[in-house]
Order: sequence, then C-alpha cells, then structure tokens
Amino acid sequence: MARTGRRKRDRLRWSKLYTFSCLRPSVQLETSDTGTASLGGPGFSRVVHCNQPRLHYKKPLKYPTNYISTTKYNIITFLPKAIFEQFRRVANLYFLMAAILSLTPVAPFSAVSMIAPLAFVVGLSMAKEALEDWRRFMQDMKVNSRKVSVHRSDGLFGYKHWEKLRVGDVVKVEKDQFFPADLLLLSSSYEDGICYVETMNLDGETNLKVKRSLEVTLPLDEDEVFKEFKGVIRCEDPNPSLYTFVGNLEYERQVYAIDPTQILLRDSKLRNTQYIYGVVIFTGHDTKVMQNSTDSPSKRSRIERQMDKIIYILFSVLVLISLISSIGFAVNIKYYMHNWWFLQPDDKDNKLYNPKTPAISGLIHLITALILYGYLIPISLYVSIEVVKVVQAMFINQDLQMYDEEAGIPAQARTSNLNEELGQVHTILSDKTGTLTCNQMDFLKCSIAGISYGVGSSEVEMAAAKHMASHSDFGTSEIEIEPSTPITPVFERVRKSTIKGFSFEDDRLMNGNWTQEQNSGTILMFFRILALCHTAIPELNEETGGFNYEAESPDEGAFLVAAREFGFEFCKRTQSSVFIRERYSPSEGPIEREFKVLNLLEFNSKRKRMSVIVRDESGQTLLLCKGADSIIFERLSKNGRTYEVDTTRHLSEYGEAGLRTLALSYRVLEESEYLAWNAEFVKAKTSIGADREAQLERVAELMEKDLILVGATAVEDKLQRGVPQCIDRLAQAGLKIWVLTGDKMETAINIGYACSLLRQGMKQICLSTAPSDPTQQDAKKIFLLSEQAAKENLSLQMSNALQMVKLERDPHAAFALIIDGKGLTHALQDDLKDRFLELAIECASVICCRVSPKQKALVTRLVKEGVGKTTLAIGDGANDVGMIQEADIGVGISGVEGMQAVMASDFSISQFRFLERLLVVHGHWCYKRIAQMICYFFYKNIAFGLTIFYFEAYAAFSGQSVYDDWYMLLFNVVLTSLPVISLGAFEQDVSSEVCLQFPALYQQGPKNLFFDWSRILGWMGNGLYSSLVLYFLSISIFSSESAFRSDGQTADMAAVGTAMFTCIIWAVNIQIALTMSHFTWIQHLCVWGSIASWYLFLVAYGTASPLISGNAFQILVEALGPASIYWISTLLIAVVCNLPYLVHISYQRACNPLDHHVIQEIKYYKKDLEDHDMWKRERSKARQKTKIGFTARVEAKIRHLKGRLHKKLPSITIQTVS
Amino acid sequence: MSSSLASSSNLDGSDDTSPQQKQSKKPKYSRFTQQELPACKPLLTPGIVIGIFALVAVLFIPIGLASLSASEAVVEVIDRYDADCVPNDMHGKELDFIQNSSTNKTCTRRLTIPKTMKSPVHIYYELDNFYQNHRRYVKSRSDKQLLQPSKEAETKVCAPEGNTPDGKPIVPCGLIAWSLFNDTYQFSINSDSIQVNKKNIAWASDRSHKFSKDVYPKNFQKGALIGGGKLNESIPLSEQEDLIVWMRTAALPTFRKLYGRIEKDLNANEEITVVIENNYNTYSFGGQKKLVLSTATWIGGKNNFLGVAYLTVGGLCLSLVLAFIVLYLFKPRTLGDPSYLSWNRNPSASMD
Repeated sequence: MARTGRRKRDRLRWSKLYTFSCLRPSVQLETSDTGTASLGGPGFSRVVHCNQPRLHYKKPLKYPTNYISTTKYNIITFLPKAIFEQFRRVANLYFLMAAILSLTPVAPFSAVSMIAPLAFVVGLSMAKEALEDWRRFMQDMKVNSRKVSVHRSDGLFGYKHWEKLRVGDVVKVEKDQFFPADLLLLSSSYEDGICYVETMNLDGETNLKVKRSLEVTLPLDEDEVFKEFKGVIRCEDPNPSLYTFVGNLEYERQVYAIDPTQILLRDSKLRNTQYIYGVVIFTGHDTKVMQNSTDSPSKRSRIERQMDKIIYILFSVLVLISLISSIGFAVNIKYYMHNWWFLQPDDKDNKLYNPKTPAISGLIHLITALILYGYLIPISLYVSIEVVKVVQAMFINQDLQMYDEEAGIPAQARTSNLNEELGQVHTILSDKTGTLTCNQMDFLKCSIAGISYGVGSSEVEMAAAKHMASHSDFGTSEIEIEPSTPITPVFERVRKSTIKGFSFEDDRLMNGNWTQEQNSGTILMFFRILALCHTAIPELNEETGGFNYEAESPDEGAFLVAAREFGFEFCKRTQSSVFIRERYSPSEGPIEREFKVLNLLEFNSKRKRMSVIVRDESGQTLLLCKGADSIIFERLSKNGRTYEVDTTRHLSEYGEAGLRTLALSYRVLEESEYLAWNAEFVKAKTSIGADREAQLERVAELMEKDLILVGATAVEDKLQRGVPQCIDRLAQAGLKIWVLTGDKMETAINIGYACSLLRQGMKQICLSTAPSDPTQQDAKKIFLLSEQAAKENLSLQMSNALQMVKLERDPHAAFALIIDGKGLTHALQDDLKDRFLELAIECASVICCRVSPKQKALVTRLVKEGVGKTTLAIGDGANDVGMIQEADIGVGISGVEGMQAVMASDFSISQFRFLERLLVVHGHWCYKRIAQMICYFFYKNIAFGLTIFYFEAYAAFSGQSVYDDWYMLLFNVVLTSLPVISLGAFEQDVSSEVCLQFPALYQQGPKNLFFDWSRILGWMGNGLYSSLVLYFLSISIFSSESAFRSDGQTADMAAVGTAMFTCIIWAVNIQIALTMSHFTWIQHLCVWGSIASWYLFLVAYGTASPLISGNAFQILVEALGPASIYWISTLLIAVVCNLPYLVHISYQRACNPLDHHVIQEIKYYKKDLEDHDMWKRERSKARQKTKIGFTARVEAKIRHLKGRLHKKLPSITIQTVS
Repeated sequence: MSSSLASSSNLDGSDDTSPQQKQSKKPKYSRFTQQELPACKPLLTPGIVIGIFALVAVLFIPIGLASLSASEAVVEVIDRYDADCVPNDMHGKELDFIQNSSTNKTCTRRLTIPKTMKSPVHIYYELDNFYQNHRRYVKSRSDKQLLQPSKEAETKVCAPEGNTPDGKPIVPCGLIAWSLFNDTYQFSINSDSIQVNKKNIAWASDRSHKFSKDVYPKNFQKGALIGGGKLNESIPLSEQEDLIVWMRTAALPTFRKLYGRIEKDLNANEEITVVIENNYNTYSFGGQKKLVLSTATWIGGKNNFLGVAYLTVGGLCLSLVLAFIVLYLFKPRTLGDPSYLSWNRNPSASMD
C-alpha cells in the first residue's frame, strides 16, 4: 500500500500545466494521416501483436531477436575472411605469390626465408583484427546480457536478457534505464502517461524530451492488467529515420494513430519518471539506432596510401628489370649456352637451361627474377612500420601530459595505423556537448535593474585578459580595451565555487545583502522569477538534506541552484502549486511560501520564451516571463523599459564574454483581465484541429505583452578546461575547426562565442529554412515554404553569400557560416553540396546545429572528399560515432558518457585540450618519423636490390646472387632494421616544448613537406646512385683479375660478395646517421651496433661448419680481415655513397634552412635563453594566419580600437603604434 | 558490421574503478616513455661541414698516394697463349684440335721479365668469358661429399655430374670439379728449370676444413663426357690444391686463379721459357687464356683503380672545402638567425 501511495504522490498531472505538447486532442477515429493510409502497403508491412510474442516465433511474422552483433567475424568465418582481407593488399599478395613460388625449384632463395616474414606480417595484422573483434564481441555480450523486466504471463513480470526480447513483448523500464528496443509507450508512472527521455546517445542533445502515451492505453499502468491486454500494431518497416514513425494501434476494436511521440527508441534513457510500460515494436538490428549505424571502415593513412603508389612504381621497376633479366637470360640460352660446355647444356634432364627452348627458359626465369629482385619491395618495411607504430602508440598511451588526473584516464591510441595521419590534419570536426563543453551550466552574472552583478569572469574573459596582458608590446597598453568589463586582477585565480552550477560571486547580492541594495524590490522579483518560472521537479538529496533539481535543461537547473543560493529555495511542486523557502538574511529562518501556478506557457524554439502565471499568497496574479532578449524587449510596456538601455549594454557584454543570456520580466495581472484571457485560453486548449497550436500561441501572445523588464541572467556553458586555449593554438597551427552539434542554433552560437570561434564583428551567414533570428547580423530570412521552395531559397542564399564573401575586400573580414539540420539536408544534396562546401571553406568558422548523427557523417564525408585533405572528427557520444568512423581520424573523448564514441574511435583522449598535444607533438613527430623512415627504407632497398641486378648482367642473367643467402636474409631482418626502427620510433626534430611553442611547425605535415614526390624521388635517386657506387667501385677494386692480398690469392665470389656487402652495411648505416638529428643512446646503439653486428655475424658465420657457411667459411678471419684492401675499400665506398647527401644537406642548411633547422640552431646555441625577446617574438609570429581563436579576437578588437582612435586622434595613434 | 550507435551505453558504469585502480592507470614516469632521454643533437655548422670534408681530403689523399705507389711497385707479366698455342694448320678448327685427345698440345712460350721480380712471384692463369658465376654452375657441388667420406652419395645437388651413367657417385661431383682447369706450365731460364711451388695456393681453411683428408677422388671423369682435368685417385682431396682453388668460383666471367709460386727472384730482362700443355677448351666459347706472373704488395696485385679513386675523392673533397668556404663567405648566414624562419621570409603567411 505504501508503494502505491508513494506512486500517487509522484503523479502530477502535467497536462494541466503544459499547454502545447501534453494536451491530447480527443481520440482519433479516422486515419487522417497520409502516411497511415498506406499502412499494409510496401514499406509499411509490419504487424505487431502486442503481448503475444509467441505469434512472432513463426513466419511470416518472425522478426529478428533483440540480439545484436557488431563484430566483423565469427569463429568460423574469421580465418577465411581475415585472410582474404589481408591478401587484398597488393603487397601481401605479391609476397604470397613469392612464398608459394619459393617452394618450387625456380626460386633463388630458400622457402623459409620467404615464408617466415610473410607469416609474421600477416599473423600480426590478423592478431590485431582478432583482438579488436574480440573487444567488440565482449561489448555486444555486455549489451545483450543486460536485463529488463518483461511480462511473462498472467500479469507477472520477470527479468530477461535483452537478447531474449521478442517483438510484441510488454516491458517495464525503470528510471535511468535504457530502453532495450524500440517501444510503443503504453503508460508511465505519471497519471497522464508522459515520460522524460534522454536521447544523448541518439542525437547528443542533453535536454530531456517528453514522450506521451495514447489516452486509450493510460489504464495499462499496473502489472496485473497486462493479463488481458491485447492489441495489434501495424506500422512502417525498419528504417533509420529517428524522428518519424508511421503506424497505428488497433485496440479494443478501435484504431488509433501512433506518432513519434509515443515511440521510445533503443539506447535512449528513461529520466525523471519512475517507470514506463511499453510494447516492443522493433528489435535488434531493426531498431532505428541500429539502422543508423554504419560499418566501420578500415582506415589507412595518407602516407600509407602514397606508399602504395611508390610500391607500384617499384613494382614496375621490378617487373622491368626482371623482364630485362629474363630476356637477357633467354638470349644467353639461345645464342651462347650451347658454347658453354662447362654447363653441360645438352644434358637431357636440363629443362631450365635448354638452349632449344629459350622462350620457356626465359618465362621460368622471369619468376626467378621477380623473387630475386624482391628486395626492391621490402616485406620488412611492413614489419618495421608495424613495430614502429606500436612503439609510437605506446608513447601516446604513456604520455603523462595527456593523462587526465581527475578522471584517471590516459590517452589511448586504439589503432596504431593512423599515428602519422595525426600530423597531417587539415580540418577538425568537433562535437559540442561533452567535447567542447562539460555540459554544465554555471550561473555567473546577472543584471538587475540596470546594475550588473557578478565579479567573476568567464573563461573567455580570463583567457582574453591574459592574452591582452602579454600583448603589451603592441603599444595598446594606453588604450582601454574593455572599458566596461571588470577584469579580475589575478587571471589564473581558481574559482572557489564548489557548488555545481553556481559560480556567481558578488557580495552585494549574497548572504541577504541584496536587501540593502537600492532596488531591492526589483531584485526580489528577479529571484522569484528564477525560482518560479521553470518546469523542474525538486528531489530531496538524502545525504545533504538539500534539493537537487530534475530540470529539462541544464540552464534551468543553474537558475534554480542560483535561486537557492540567493535564498529562494524551490522545495516542492504539487499539482497546482510551487513552494519556495525564502530566506532574506542568513540569520533569519526560511519562510515557506506557496505560489499557485495557474498557467504554464511553455518554451519552444519558435517562441523562445516561457511564462508562468502564478498567484501569490496575497492573491496577486503575476505573469513571469523569461526568454531571449530580443523577444522580451519587443514585448515591454512603456513603463517597463526603465532599465532597457543598461540591460542591453550588459547583455552585449555578457554575450561577448561567451555567456548564454536570458532576459527576465514580469507583469501584474488584473483579476478580470486574467479571467477573460483564461477563458479564451481554455477554449483554445480544448479546440480540435490542425490550428490548435497556432491558436494557443496566439492566445499566449495576448498575455505576454506589456512586460516589465527586471534584468538578465548570464549563464556560462562551462567549457571543458583549456578548450579556448586549445582551439586558439590549433587555429594558429593552421587547422580549420568545424562544430557539428545536435543542439539548438542559439546554444551553438553561444558556444561559438565562448570558444572564440565567433566574435563580434564577424559576418554571420545563417542558412536556415526556419525563420531565422532577426537580431543576427546579416541574417537571412527564409521561411519554410515547401521543400522544393526551401531548397531553391537555400540555393539562392548560398549563391548570395558566396558572392558577398568573394567581393569582400577587407583582409581582416571574417565570415562565419551557421547552418541548421534542415538546411543541411538540402545543402548536402548532390546539386548543392559543392556550392555549400565552397562557401564553407571561405568562412573562418562553420557551425552546424541540429544535425542528426547521419548528417554529421555526411558532412564529414563532404569535407573529406571535397577538400581532399585529412579530416579529424572528435566527439564523445554515440551520436558522434558516424562522423568518427567517417573521418580520416576519429578521436573519442573518454569522459563521463558512454563508450560508443571511444569504441569507434582511433584515438581516445579524456579532454579536448589534449588534442593539441596529440596533434602538434605526437602527430608532428609521428608524421616526420614515418615519412623519413619510409623514404630511407626505399633508399636502402633500392641501393641493395639494384646491386643484385647489376651482378646479373655479369653472371649471364642466370639468377645467381653475389651474396650469400644468409646475408640477404639478415640484411633486412637484423643488419639494417634496428636503426630504421629507432629512427621511426625516437627521432625528434625539435623537442615537444618547441612543437607547442611554434605551432607553425605543424604545417610541415599538412603541406606534406617530408613525403612529397620530389623528396621520395630524391631518396630513390640517392638509392640508385648508391647502388651504382657500391657495385661498380667494389667490382673494380675486387676484380677477380688481380690478387687482393699480399700472398697472391685472388678474390672469389664469396670474398667479393662479402666485401661489397660490408660496404652496403656501412653506407646505409652512415646514411641513417646523417638522416637522424636526435641521438639518444638507443640510436647510437642501433646504428653502430648494426655495423658491429655485421662483423660479429661474419666471424660467427665463418666459424660455423663449412656445411652451413660454404664458401664463407673463415671469410673474415682468414681471407678478408688480413687484406688491407678490404678495409680501405670499405672506407672509400662508404664515403663516396654518402658524399652527395652530405653536400645536399650542408647546402640546404646553409642556404635554404627549413624552420626546424633554424630552431634547432637557436636551441643549439642557446639563443633562446640569451635573447628572450627574439624567442618570444618568433613564437608569436609562428602562428598561422587565423581568424578564429581568442588571439584573433583580441587582435580584431585592437584593430577596431585602433581604427576608432585613428579617426579621433590620428597623432596619438601614430605614437602608440610605433 | 562494426561498432555502432547501439553497441552500449553505460560501459563507464561497469568499468567503474576505485581510486586505487585509477591510480594504476596512470602511466609511470620514465624518461624513455616521456621521450625525454638525453640526446646529442649534432648540427651541421659551417665549421663541422668544412671539417668533415677537410678530414676526408686529408685522409684520402695520402691513402690514395700510398696505394697508387704500391700498385706501381707491382711487376706483372701477362701472356695470352690461347690463339698462339694452336698449330697453324688447325686455325679455324680449334675445337677439333682441343677435343682430339691424340693431338700434341705442348706449346712453348718465351717471356721477358721487364723489371726485377722479387720472390715470391705468383703464377696465375686467367680465363675470360668463362661463367663460373652461372647459377647452374655455382650450385653444382656437394660440400657434404667433399668433407665427409660417409656422405659420398650425396650427389643430388651435383646434377648433371652427380653419378656415373651406371649410378655410382662421382667424387668430387658437380660441374665445377668436372670442368677443372688442366693446362700445365713448366718454367725454365736458359734451360734451367724453375721450381714451381704448388703448395699453399689454396686457403688453409679450405684444405683443413672443407676438403677432407679421407676423401679420395672416385669415378671422376669416367663418364661419357670428359670435362677438364683428371685427379690422382691416390691423393686425398685436401691435397688437391688445384681443385680447391678451382672450386672457389670466381665472381666475374674474367678471372685469374693462382697456379703456383716461383720462390726465386726473377731479374730484369731475363727470358723465361714456359712449356704449356694447352689442354683446356676455351675455344668453344671464345674465351682467352693468359698466363700471368705477378708480384704482390700490401694491396695485393696491380690495382691502380683504388689509388686513383682515393685521389679523386680526396681532391673532390678539397674542392668542396673551398666551395663551402666561398659559400659561407659570400652567403653568410648566422646560425639560428630567425629571419630565415618561413614566417619571416614569407610575410604573407604570417600575421601582421
């Protein structure tokens, strides 16, 4: 009994208060909707028997279970599928062919030396795949095994795993649980069948949405009644549209239309509602959210794709020289072989070398040659890159400066494929809520009766002030920059606020001091409006004894917290009243006052205001109204404009400080006036028909007039720590930042200001199909006509805007593009998207609001494909998954929200601000490391591989190599691998501090300075040169024609090969030492150790049994070591190979130093310490030209002030500027 | 299908960690993981650049001079005899001549010593156009068989010279051994014969570790085709030094191999008579045969190339030193001069 009693208390009849959304028109008998008319037709064939899931066990009504699987493979398909994936890479396929052929006698090498590295590479990649898929599987299992209460039979409910859920099941979902499938809402703990839903995972919006059940199902609110419940739903087939639903319910021989407000979508959360009952309509992969999911593409970095092209070039070279070899071979076979009696050409078993069939021999030899010259396409490159990337990823994971102390989460490179891509990012697409902001509103300032209260400064102000102070050398110190905004002297001051949602500081209002203020009456009204004008519900916090508020939006929550702190604690809401404990001074006890709520004119984005009509204890009727300033100011009475001028000024200051503002006003109502109005309102409320809402609005409009302005609030949408600074630096590094958010346009614009993506004086281009805010500058009014007209209008709009942007002559002019989801649907269509992109690129900032997850992905694709540069998407919620997957790099914020974004991402960080270090430090390093490493790798293998080819020309193209098989095997595995890995893992052109101090260095990545074709071809040319030097000098010195030792022996093939190989080892290792600019002991060990290991190997190999070493037996100790010519030829060839490169880099540094060269020199000579000013000056210059970020904002302001000063006092300006 | 919107929502809840566990997620500080290891960052300053090139020049020129003079000190006598050792009536029918076992292949040559040749004088034979480096040839040997008497049947790799037609293993097997060079030289001065020392012409390690004392030639050159030289079946392989030398295949088709040494000074202008048994067939592939007498110095035989290369590179580096000095004088750049930073050089790319 106690339970039901409690439940009754929870039941508020919201419909009495809500005017627009909660009032249901009476039962619909006809299916008037055009959509429902087609039910049963194609696309609308689904039939759901409510509470009779057994009917859905068999065809034709069999629908998928609620089991979801997001894995790529299962146990059976893993091997074939994963192997297929691996061998789709051209290089792997080539290696596979080579490995297979190595089993045949045509191969010049042993089979193991071909198969082992391939198995390693493929195995490693497959293990990675398997691990990732396993993680996904575990994730799915977790979701599938969540439990939900399901109606079993006879009114009894029991828990079941989500995966067991069937279409037609009746489920009971409790507060703060996720909906397990798409449900039809039947009833809720509220008597009128409404419930609150948080759709964060679907669209990223944090405000709660109201869903309501059909009137007819309201009585289904007890477990027992489901014993008898039966009904049939006919509705649309599964589709990905989150905001539409077409269907109807046949219940008790009546047909009722169902619309999206009755549909609860999987993965949204029940909030502020004790429980709901619902019928499962769509399960598993049929649910809208699953329909929205996209396959995660396997991403490859730009460098890797470019590397593929190099591989193709090298492959062509390989085929070419193989063809030359095989033709040479065939010619030799045909014309000379029969002369070479020492080869016994006439032997009858001799097939390969049969002079009678040179063509066949040539063809077979082609295969041999392809394998022999395989060193041009190094499989070890893939191995080394994998190893290096793992090390790089480890560095990212271990970076303490990307570790979030508070959350205890380090950064994580979830895939190592894209490390170097981080260094080439061009555009960042960012989510807003949870990424840029904490989604926490702080009441920071207010303006009451024309006086601004609140001494705290917003983060934007603090950052700007700090920046301003450091800019004193601009000569602007004489100009008062922000005359009206008090800037707290200590910029780094830590806010002492410990109350969530409240950062207000001003003794004039706190602790009851407001009663001493001049306009205390107005202040009292202000506080009452804060405490009364809302739709929140208080919740007693058992621990603290205070109240928490379940508000529809975080702003409202902040208002209530503020009101509480000011001494107006909202403590209770009943069906008709709101109770407030008022405390005028800390010493007094609180007085509980009851305000009767007569009407509630709720907020929507069209009205941009909400009002309540209350009657206080004295019987006075008041209309309290809060809303957008423009809306309120339009509706002020003549005597209500006392504070308009001051408030307007304050509002614009607040706006500039990046705060969200609302104006508060009230109106005293005469009893008669109210009664007359109420009658009309009730009439409108109960009217039936399409124009009901319009009527309601009209009636509300009648009341919301002749208002008296009280003041304005300024709430800070708290940005995450360091976000404005991070955006500023990223902008200086030359990155473009787009914000894609599911939030309202106003909110998005506010955040744009807060992050300095927008600023005063920026020309805003608003593309919207809805009537746009008349207060925005350059705003275009486009009304929703028909879809086609809207599109045409939008197209015209874009053309005009584009023309405006193009004609702009002022180099400092900045444009911002703001577009909403509706507009975006048109703008993303094929015929408009190019123009949209062109416009967007011209604009300094782009903000897309009200975008669906799919649209986020589409915008990302548009940028990615249209601009052709690397895009990075960053987000935290499930609604960002699409864009994270679509972008070249997806970054997930591993914060408080779910894990979907992180699971889909390539990198995860716990704070937006770590993005700077991830890109500017790690990205820059990884890009350079990988680029240099790949270039060097090609150099090394060309230098080595071509010597094999040259030798062929001297060995009748027979396919014999001058080197021992072991040398060749070890070349890439041991002798040259560690230096190149150390280059790829540890090279630093400049230290991390310098990377951060000189954001311009980042541009080396997006401009691709280190992996462009001239550089790649240069390295290849260097390889070609080295190969020629290596081969021909060695051969000339070690010609078999003269003795190479003082005791007269001539060099045999083993001696020549070993000597030549020694030269190669020296040459390539000296080359890499010249390439490196950063030697820790690891590099030293790797480079010099590699050379030493070659000699050690030679000694060891020479000591091994001659059955293993063959002609290399004792080669170093006995044959080559004592020969002085061996040592001096090594010196000569190693020097000659590297001479041109040394000349090149010396010349380059002398005449055309790159930025990092100069900075290295400054650091080397410690000039940065001696000449502090120069260092600081260069740092500030090392910024890319940018129009966003607070630096740009400050500079625009300075420019503006200078301009003003210039007009007034030209002489002074000259002085100050000098 | 991969991760999707729907996969999960509150993993953070289940992953909830206590403060201790959170602490453990914190990466441990080490200079290695933070990439802060002390490093030396060498820089190509003008001094270092000039220093490097000067060092190379200073090092290379003396080495070049020394090797050139060593090479010049070598005295070499080369005599090509393949054409001259064919009787006049057999010209144009060299193949018939060489393949006919009954013809007299003895041939006498006279060589004049241009300068005094200090002992030891190395005797080489030089072949040309002979592809000892051909894959079919190189692979056709069995190291096992040469080293272990028990493995004499391991002749698979030696095809087509593995077994005799009746299936007995050939020792030593393979094309290399089969085509053993078999011209012989006898030297005399004024009819005093000169002793040719044929000991120690092969690598000591080859003799001791690759060719066994206990393996004797067997079934060698008994097949249908006779290749080159024959071996004395009573001498173990380790003492068949001509074979051992021959089995070290040359890298290039023109090669010399050590034949023996004359351990006696040869004086200038002395005339040496060489009696050559011209047995070896190079006529079918048009290869030359030469007899070479040469002394050796610390760089080995005659090798001007090395010295010239060293001098060239040394000279080049010297001129690079000058070039860079000129460059640094006429286009001086203070190292670390910020005006060379891209944003200073290209003002449009920077802010005002």
